[in-house]
Amino acid sequence: MQIYLPIAEVSVNAFLLLGLGGMVGILSGMFGVGGGFLMTPLLFFIGIPPAVAVATEANQIVASSFSGVLAHFRRKTVDLKMGTVLLVGGLVGAALGVALFNYLKSLGQVDLLVRLCYVVFLGIIGALMFVESLNAIRKTKRGKPPARKKHNWVHGLPFKMRFRTSGLYISVIPPLVVGVLVGVLAAIMGVGGGFIMVPAMIYLLGMPTKVVVGTSLFQIIFVTAFTTLLHATTNYTVDMVLAVLLLVGGVVGAQIGTVIGARLQAEQLRILLALLVLVVCGKLALDLLIQPSELFTLGTEGAH
Amino acid sequence: MRWALLLLMLLAAPLRAEEVVLGLSRDQVAISTNFDGSEIILYGAIKREEPIPAADPLHVIVTVSGPLAPVTVRRKERRFGIWVNVDAVDVDAAPSFYAIATSGPWNEAISDTEDLRHRISIPRAIRSVGAPMSVAEPQAFSDAVIRIRKENGLYQLDEGGVELRQSTLFSTEIDMPANLTEGDYAIRIFLTRGGEVLSTYETSIDVSKVGLERWLFELSREQPLIYGLMSLAIAIAAGWGASAAFRLVRSG
Repeated sequence: MQIYLPIAEVSVNAFLLLGLGGMVGILSGMFGVGGGFLMTPLLFFIGIPPAVAVATEANQIVASSFSGVLAHFRRKTVDLKMGTVLLVGGLVGAALGVALFNYLKSLGQVDLLVRLCYVVFLGIIGALMFVESLNAIRKTKRGKPPARKKHNWVHGLPFKMRFRTSGLYISVIPPLVVGVLVGVLAAIMGVGGGFIMVPAMIYLLGMPTKVVVGTSLFQIIFVTAFTTLLHATTNYTVDMVLAVLLLVGGVVGAQIGTVIGARLQAEQLRILLALLVLVVCGKLALDLLIQPSELFTLGTEGAH
Repeated sequence: MRWALLLLMLLAAPLRAEEVVLGLSRDQVAISTNFDGSEIILYGAIKREEPIPAADPLHVIVTVSGPLAPVTVRRKERRFGIWVNVDAVDVDAAPSFYAIATSGPWNEAISDTEDLRHRISIPRAIRSVGAPMSVAEPQAFSDAVIRIRKENGLYQLDEGGVELRQSTLFSTEIDMPANLTEGDYAIRIFLTRGGEVLSTYETSIDVSKVGLERWLFELSREQPLIYGLMSLAIAIAAGWGASAAFRLVRSG
């Protein structure tokens, strides 16, 4: 069944979108990530204009994160204080990100920026995660418990604050910086930024793993909601019909994925996720390196 | 002044010995939620006061043109090992959709000078005033517009697409793809003989979004904040709904 998207102004198959939403939803439920980093490139591939894909995906992440954070609230694994600090940074970052996005759009380089961001961040995170989980598997085979560093340079900074749920007493600067970075990425890449924030919270801030996912989801809801509003009011690129189709598939898939994820081992899950991230990264990198069959592109922005 | 005009028209009348009478299968194209492209059937007759001249055969050319809009064309080049946009040319006005159907081979249907005068062929329908001096081959950019839009089915040339019977009745079908933009689509019909245009006829067809599509599009442009808040409300309701539904399924 073909459906005409009013903002993207293209006609696509509704079942294809529902299926894509469902598949990405299953993966995001399994791995505890928003899935935006997979969905946005997939939307590029099926011919949705990049600006619409990025803005609409932000809207869809609001839905999937909200669905996820409710479960974490029930288990009391959300650090509201830490989430709020991250959120303040995130909103500043999102505003910067949308401004940068609009500036580069006028230069005609927004496509390149989005793709480069994807290649660089997916490459780094994928490689780190892959190495880290290989090491973890090796260690558990030898029977040693995985050790975590208790103190690093992060704990020497000023403006300390107590985060009771996380059991931390650290400076507010690192969470603010992490928040700003994730906000910029959320606006430019149309992702929640969970795949960056989760490792940063564990390794940089030293938060306990059990509160990390809930807290990052809490923060992501507000940052992506803010990004959606900014894109909707400045670029008019949020496509509600597209968003609804994706999120219906997405929220159902996420619940199924959570069930599957609970039956797999943590290290195996992380290796699978790392491989997935590297595959997406490789595909996008190839697109940049190989000569495209059509060297010209058409844009309607007109403005210089 | 008015008398002079009337006189001119009277004098001109015998020249337009052959004229078009046109019918359209529809006078508007509605883009609804399940819009999947459309086709327009044009049919018509040639009205004449005199017997058919025995000279060159008569030809009919039909063009359908979407609204004109500026297009920015960007060219990629390899820089630092990756392919990036390096230069851009603004094409001042290019139709968003342009279809031509003729009743015979292009060269027989119309001469080059008449094409130039009436801007019929696809390259002539695109207006490009000037490219920046830094751009080496400006022509390559307007060629790119034609090439890319032809691939998307937005620009079409169908030689022999008009069926002409006994030099009197003609009909043709124009396929409009699903990725149409809104606007007034101009339809022009040219009657030619020996490459010279004998008579032209112009009308238009309205392409517009209807129903939900129309409402969402207008809301997103006129009340962007409400539109954005509405998208968020839907997202949050869907997220909560799915979570609640699955809790019911698992507990039940």
